[in-house]
Amino acid sequence: MEVVYALAVGVLAGSGVWLVLRPRTFQVLMGLTLLSYATNIFIFGMGRLAFHQPPIIDPSQSVDPTLYADPVPQALVLTAIVIGFATTALFLVVLLALRGLTGTDHVDGREPDE
Amino acid sequence: MNVLLEHLIVLPIVVPLVTGAAMLFLSEARRIARVTLALISVLVQLSVGVALLYLTSDAAPFIWPEGVGVYAVGHWPAPFGIVLVVDRLSAVMVTLSAAVALATLVYAISRWDRPGQPFHSLFQLQTMGLNGAFLTGDLFNLFVFFEVLLAASYGLVLRGVGAVRVKAGLHYITVNLAASLLFLIGVALIYGMAGTLTMADLAGRSAALADRDRALFDAGAAILGVAFLVKAGSWPLNFWLPGAYSIALAPVSAAFAMMTKVGLYAVLRVGTILQEDETLAAALFYLGLATLISGAIAMLAAKHLARLVSYSLLVSMGILLAAFGLRIQALTGPVIFYMIVSVLTSSAFFMLTGMTDRTRIADPPVMAEDNPMPRPVYVAYGIKEPSVYRGDEEVGIAVPAAMAFLGLMFVCCALLVTGLPPLPGFVAKFALLSTALNAGQVGAAPWTSWTFFAAVLLSGFASLIALSRVGMRLFWGGAARATPRLRLLEAAPVAALILLCLALSAAAGPVARYLDSAGRSLHQPDTYIHAVLSNRSKQQSGREPP
Repeated sequence: MEVVYALAVGVLAGSGVWLVLRPRTFQVLMGLTLLSYATNIFIFGMGRLAFHQPPIIDPSQSVDPTLYADPVPQALVLTAIVIGFATTALFLVVLLALRGLTGTDHVDGREPDE
Repeated sequence: MNVLLEHLIVLPIVVPLVTGAAMLFLSEARRIARVTLALISVLVQLSVGVALLYLTSDAAPFIWPEGVGVYAVGHWPAPFGIVLVVDRLSAVMVTLSAAVALATLVYAISRWDRPGQPFHSLFQLQTMGLNGAFLTGDLFNLFVFFEVLLAASYGLVLRGVGAVRVKAGLHYITVNLAASLLFLIGVALIYGMAGTLTMADLAGRSAALADRDRALFDAGAAILGVAFLVKAGSWPLNFWLPGAYSIALAPVSAAFAMMTKVGLYAVLRVGTILQEDETLAAALFYLGLATLISGAIAMLAAKHLARLVSYSLLVSMGILLAAFGLRIQALTGPVIFYMIVSVLTSSAFFMLTGMTDRTRIADPPVMAEDNPMPRPVYVAYGIKEPSVYRGDEEVGIAVPAAMAFLGLMFVCCALLVTGLPPLPGFVAKFALLSTALNAGQVGAAPWTSWTFFAAVLLSGFASLIALSRVGMRLFWGGAARATPRLRLLEAAPVAALILLCLALSAAAGPVARYLDSAGRSLHQPDTYIHAVLSNRSKQQSGREPP
């Protein structure tokens, strides 16, 4: 599982960085989205990977911390997802405004050859 | 009264939040109501800031012993819940941010808040993010407040019209989103290794880490530092800053002058709590030096006043980072003093830029080069443009001798930026340099101090050249200039900020003493840590009347 997890984070982050460095605004947007996915999965992994460990304490069982996952990273991921979602939406609006104002989707607002 | 005192720390966050949200319900036509609300909110923040300054000082030891006030949000004790902590540095920052907010708000009311978009709500939310970042004692909460203030700033930077502004806004948003992701990765690594996010708790736990975990923890701290340095505008990470700051409307960039300082504040706070090692501090010194030098060179090359001011902001950030990187504890007080002066100066200067821009008739602003006919954002979305706001003539009282006033203010700002007497720019730089040179053994200051000394003086000289060139072109140049009609509401904030600087210069003794004590307590985090972690027992034992 660790290998799959590490590969997922690595592939997402790598593709994200590559896309952020591309000249088209939509590619940058996709890159930022992929990067935030990578970050979110990474935060989740910081609570350690484990099977069959719910983050919520079951009152019928004995309270033993080793039986449960750490809930804090999951709460952090939730916050990060919400914030990332909102800023991505805002980015999309700016992207469309730039496209409407300049007639091109280059990040500099004009084609490099002109 | 006691209830107010108890909840005083959370007021700078709650008040702008409620105000900003309430203003969304006021229709576009209720401008007076919104302006009144905004002014009240900022005034409340300013008075709370002053109250916090008083309560954290030595004058009132009976309320918060050691000058550290702790507010446990939702009454959850420190390592488990989020705490807000106010110490001297936080109090200074909150007051400074409220003062700058008041000045920029008054300036904005004179003409800039009119067209479309909820300016006042965004402005309130931005001050909320700033105050929250200064007050929080939790690393992830710091991230949330960073995002709040950045989200509001994204809206503010896009205010106004033109493809150039949208383009600069896009770059600004991209860079800051990427930096926020770095912030998250750093926080996650730190949490994964140390198992806590409360800054006070981190200090003890990071010291007790095993070597194996230590490496990852340090990597997390370094990534976090990179995120802070992006916000602070440190050298290889600051190419987004001049574009965004010089393109934004004048009051917006004036308010932004405070934002780079959040990055510096975070570096100061987290850096002293985690007690970073020598190599990281050395890196900070070299980065600061590079920021300083590149900023000074860029100032010499800048053509437009707003860009010049943005670069001067970078120079001041460079000075601050390099001074902090020298690792001289006595230097922290002067660093905070210089930071205050620099915030007030750049804020006043950005507002001044908004006024001098109106003197042009022959040569349009530089930004027009790229885009001969800036079309409003409304065109981009196919929305009908709202009615153009009223002309200059109708609003407010005009200031007599507008050009003379502008010239005087320009000279004052230039003196402040370059650090020439009698204005406090000189006092601040002098304090920095003399402390840096006197720190070591007698007559044997390390070479880093001398390098710093030379770099600061040379950058001051460079800014003097650049500013006098721009000033001569602006006020004595041959090109035809219109004398703008200045309203009292826009002239007064600039003058007020300059006067505040003068007052700081006159009261330099007590102010420096207070800031020195702030710096000392920053370098002895034990009192801070103790105050935060012992909060639980104090709450249970009940509060004795003072």
